[in-house]
Amino acid sequence: MHRTGELFGQYKTMEQQRETASLGMWIFLSTEVLFFGGMFMTYTLNRSTYPDVFSEASKTIRLSLGAINTVVLIGSSLTMAMAVWASQVGKKKLLTIFLVATLVLGCVFLGIKGVEYHEKYVEHHIPGWNFQFGEHPDTATDAHTQLFFSLYFAMTGMHALHMIIGAGLLLWLIKESMRGRFTPEYNTPVENIGLYWHFVDIVWIFLFPLLYLIDRH
Amino acid sequence: MICTVLTVVAAEIDLNQYFGGLNIIVALTIAVFKASLVVLFFMHGKYSPKRTQMVIIASIFWLGIMLFMTMSDYVTRLWS
Repeated sequence: MHRTGELFGQYKTMEQQRETASLGMWIFLSTEVLFFGGMFMTYTLNRSTYPDVFSEASKTIRLSLGAINTVVLIGSSLTMAMAVWASQVGKKKLLTIFLVATLVLGCVFLGIKGVEYHEKYVEHHIPGWNFQFGEHPDTATDAHTQLFFSLYFAMTGMHALHMIIGAGLLLWLIKESMRGRFTPEYNTPVENIGLYWHFVDIVWIFLFPLLYLIDRH
Repeated sequence: MICTVLTVVAAEIDLNQYFGGLNIIVALTIAVFKASLVVLFFMHGKYSPKRTQMVIIASIFWLGIMLFMTMSDYVTRLWS
């Protein structure tokens, strides 16, 4: 199916058609809110049960890398917002530039995340057989520390997976925008993928303080 | 929009406060503030039709139900 911005029969106006598309995207995003919400719920519960262990474990994650990544990701949200704007006012060249910028920033984020994961691997902080934390391993505490790192990897990993999907969608957007397909009349894919990208940014906005900033003082 | 970047910097300075428990409140307040900015301006939440805004609020509300109800269960389990 190749849509170019014609009005479908079930809608009265183009505006109604556009609003419906974005409403549908928001409904999808609200299911995503609950999906990530479940993980945040698990995190909150376990953190409130083992506050000391969680704060000790959280201190071993590199704050600088997390902070840089936050700036990078919010920056990519900014370029994405600019891309949506460019598509709405019909600046086709600018649209491609902003989409590429967003993709590049997204890849930088994933690269830094990879460095962080590698660091955890070297430090034996990945839950499993080779897990080792601190000088004097204590089985009971270790189990709870592993809980923190399991949540860390599950949450950031699921977030990274969303980023990878987003990067794939961006690649497709870039391809289509280079063909000049998006016009002020038809830019629904740009807008909806933009919404998705911002959502992934919001997830990180909450992940960052919860995983990195706990008990840094 | 630049304000969003500034809050990241603010988040890093704010953690040096010496009040136990206040840190997470400050950190999460800033996170909520940043997220609100993203929803309202980047995602055009402010300029969306009421119908869309209702879905946004509903998703936050559902999340609130999940967090609030589950935690109110766990923190009142005196016997475990």
